[in-house]
Amino acid sequence: MNFSFFLIQLLNGMQYGLLLFLVASGLTLVFGIMGIINLAHGSFYMVGAYLAWWLAGMTGSLTAAILLGIPLTVILGMSLEWLLMRRLYGRDHLYQVLLTYGLILVLEETRSILWGDDVYGLKVPDMLNQSIALTENLSYPVYRLFISGVCLLLAAGLYVLIKHTRLGMMIRAGASNREMAQSLGINIKLVYTLVFALGVALAAFAGMINAPVSSVYPSMGNPVLIICFVIVVIGGIGSVKGAMAASILIGMADTFGQVLVPEVSGMIVYLLMAGLLVWRPEGLFSRI
Amino acid sequence: MRPHRSADLFILLMFGLLALFPFAESTFYTQLLTKIMIMAIFAMSLDLLVGYTGLVSFGHAAYFGLAGYALVLMSPQYESVSLWWSLPAAMSVCALFALITGMLVLRTRGIYFIMVTLAFAQMVFFVFHDTKFGGGSDGIFIYAKPTLVIGGFELLNLEKLNHLFYLVLIFMAAVYFLLRRVLASTFGRALLGIKENEHRMSALGFPTFRYKLASYVLSGALGGLAGYLAAIQYGFVNPEILSWHHSGTVLMMVIMGGMGTLYGPMVGAFAFVLLQELLSDQSLLGQVAKHWQLAMGIFVILVALYLPRGLAGLLSRKAKAEAAADA
Amino acid sequence: MSEQDQFDRRGFLKGSAAIAGGALLPTGFARAQSSKLRVGLMLPYTGTFAQLGIGVTNGFKLAVAEHGGKFGGREIEYFIVDDESNPGKAPENANKLIQRDKVDILIGSVHSGVSLGISKVARESGTLWIIPVSLANELTGPLCAPNIFRTSFSSWQTNYPLGKVLMERGHKKVVHITWNYVTGQENLAGFKEGYEKAGGKIIKELFVPFPQVEFQPLLTEIASIKPDAVVGWFAGAGAAKFLKDYQASGLKGKIPLFGSGYLTDGILEAVGDAAQGVETTFPYADDLDIKKDKAFRLAYVKAFKMQPDTATMLGYDTAQLFAAGVNAVKGDVANKKGMIKAMETAKIDSPRGVWHMSKAHNPVQDVYLRKVVGQENKMVSIAAKALADPARGCKA
Repeated sequence: MNFSFFLIQLLNGMQYGLLLFLVASGLTLVFGIMGIINLAHGSFYMVGAYLAWWLAGMTGSLTAAILLGIPLTVILGMSLEWLLMRRLYGRDHLYQVLLTYGLILVLEETRSILWGDDVYGLKVPDMLNQSIALTENLSYPVYRLFISGVCLLLAAGLYVLIKHTRLGMMIRAGASNREMAQSLGINIKLVYTLVFALGVALAAFAGMINAPVSSVYPSMGNPVLIICFVIVVIGGIGSVKGAMAASILIGMADTFGQVLVPEVSGMIVYLLMAGLLVWRPEGLFSRI
Repeated sequence: MRPHRSADLFILLMFGLLALFPFAESTFYTQLLTKIMIMAIFAMSLDLLVGYTGLVSFGHAAYFGLAGYALVLMSPQYESVSLWWSLPAAMSVCALFALITGMLVLRTRGIYFIMVTLAFAQMVFFVFHDTKFGGGSDGIFIYAKPTLVIGGFELLNLEKLNHLFYLVLIFMAAVYFLLRRVLASTFGRALLGIKENEHRMSALGFPTFRYKLASYVLSGALGGLAGYLAAIQYGFVNPEILSWHHSGTVLMMVIMGGMGTLYGPMVGAFAFVLLQELLSDQSLLGQVAKHWQLAMGIFVILVALYLPRGLAGLLSRKAKAEAAADA
Repeated sequence: MSEQDQFDRRGFLKGSAAIAGGALLPTGFARAQSSKLRVGLMLPYTGTFAQLGIGVTNGFKLAVAEHGGKFGGREIEYFIVDDESNPGKAPENANKLIQRDKVDILIGSVHSGVSLGISKVARESGTLWIIPVSLANELTGPLCAPNIFRTSFSSWQTNYPLGKVLMERGHKKVVHITWNYVTGQENLAGFKEGYEKAGGKIIKELFVPFPQVEFQPLLTEIASIKPDAVVGWFAGAGAAKFLKDYQASGLKGKIPLFGSGYLTDGILEAVGDAAQGVETTFPYADDLDIKKDKAFRLAYVKAFKMQPDTATMLGYDTAQLFAAGVNAVKGDVANKKGMIKAMETAKIDSPRGVWHMSKAHNPVQDVYLRKVVGQENKMVSIAAKALADPARGCKA
């Protein structure tokens, strides 16, 4: 491939990586701050997509659907935390694995009962439904660039939230030492609830915003889940910076892998992870 | 040691009951129980790692699949191989894989360990899924199942359902008692010590890495035994047996059944599969059965919340007391 | 450990009794011998192919209703298993229907890997088995058997005629893109054979890992190669995404896109206008000028309040084939030989046209060239008349 196509592939990798970051950021936060392994993270992504489709069908606009859907997912996250997750703090990770595995089944079936098993499509909002011509043959969909932009904004927002706000400080304190933070007067219970809800909302938002591109279909959360875990582990658990680095890395590896070594492109991500962990067993960056 | 003996006695009783089952003449259920017993072996092998050494592997399916594929790839097109050498060969492949990956993987801890085991299993999955080497994503067959012959006399004809049932039952019992022995030995106690507090064990002079590696290799080899038997059952292997879903399922069985008890995983295997059969049976439950995963999911969540020692915890008074103390 | 393992004897006995009881419970329900025909449906009712599984089931039931609910004078009892498109569990699931439910006929499946799993069991048990959808060539190739029939088509049949079409349009150099798994490879092979025979050249064969759906890098690659046309094969949600991505990348309209059937089947509603103008070869279309098809479509919409698609038509034909067999033996399904003979010689009046079985038990049928207009695959021409799958490797 010549240079201009190389640049375009770089753009592809970047864009894919940013999307991955959007989905994985929630997972790394929940994991790093609350110490909870949430296998149902992919399912929340799916819930977001289906909610977007359903609400967009009712209101006729994706934007409205997202604005309505986010608060709904926040409520869902808070309820799940209150009902289920908080009973697992301090227990062995394995019980979280077990519980969230059960949650995957419940969410998948509930989705099937409520919304059926067909493949659904969503339209990209008209304003963004165009493509920019890059070469004589190839255009780049504006919507994908829009998603990348949103991801960057969100990344910046998360960074600011965690490093420069009081809430962020409380979150970091709670992550370091839950009891200590609590004895200092921080309402750790509320902080945890909010963090979990944030994690769920981030995953769902990713599903919503990507729905017009990916279509909405059963078990769409499965591949997302596994790759999120890989990102979180490579990046370092709890590190938003790490999640970003890992996402871009994987986005690039996957993109160039598909073009250069298609026979083994499925494996590349795992080879990367294994190699990295053997070299640096704690991931790229440490906590937050 | 008394509690062990009474436990073993009752396990023997259970095995005895199972041995009588084929006389009930239900071909479908004989096959189902065979499958469950294979999963029980698989789960017990994982319990050695998870429950006794404190190493949570999310890639155990790799051994199951490697042994199954090894058998199918070893078998010539239309003839059968002898079990006497193909089984050890398949298990050796697993042990070797465990040895090599173990040396790398055991350098990590906690969640990272979980993920690296997943990574290696995924790599094996992709080798068989994406290449033509193992028949690709559709899998491959064997046309003739392995033979079990001594000096020209056929011990068991594995084409017959009941014979396979007994072979698997014998192996399940053997694995149980073998692991009991191993865990009661110094090696086993050292593993428990490592699970409790590795630094302390290391300070006491135990070469903890070697112990963990030994446990990892044994666990992998026994997981391979399960995979080998599963390949015989239908004569068919497919990359799905290497998937992380499969690794996840067996991990669920171990946790749900009660890890660190050896009989717990067996209970977990039985409970998981039987529950799935029951809930998805459309002729029993009609339309509700279509959404059986909902009930299954709720059941799993309830076990996670209220049965910290797993289902086996229901059977042990002491465990109930411990759980109450925990809460 | 000794403390942890303290057994409560009663507890253990209770536990084991519960487990044993649970195991025997279903056997307690005697599956009585009835006068009804036992039809086993092993199809995907969840997952990406759920739509097809449901479609086949609906089509089958429509045909049964049109026969007055009886074949050979006997009513039908259904035994349904969701195969979840999981090939690993396929032999086991097939066994459920054959051993536990003792079905007279097994119908399944969609995913080729699942059908391969069924194949092992069906060949060993000799149960009558009709494949309503699966494309894998080998099912009626090396794995053919007297008791195995397919009412759909092989990957070869749907792809082979496409080659000639492309050359007739003057597309001498193309790029082929599909998933990297057996069915994808078969689609490519079928197309390649027909295309190269007609003088064409595939300049690059691109593969996406299965079942991934991130196409951007390869679409960019296609743009840099600049072929005369692109031939792609995907199915279900993957096909929907591919069509949308192809349009969004601007390739649509500049490089024509072709494919075989499932690329544009069943998903047109989900893709909006992204599929307009895409041409595919397939043994069915949405606007055939065939009396039976028009009647079928009206009846289907009336019964199910949905538009029919290929899967529903295939389910319908499967029922017709079975009916032909059962009627010929007047309901005596034990007379398998008689049923098989009848099914081999039956002329099925199908919505896709009249067809009959080849020696390897695959339909000999017309393959149409269709074009997407609006939300339909409209027929353009007949790409191949009465095409039979070569059934290489079948020792029938």
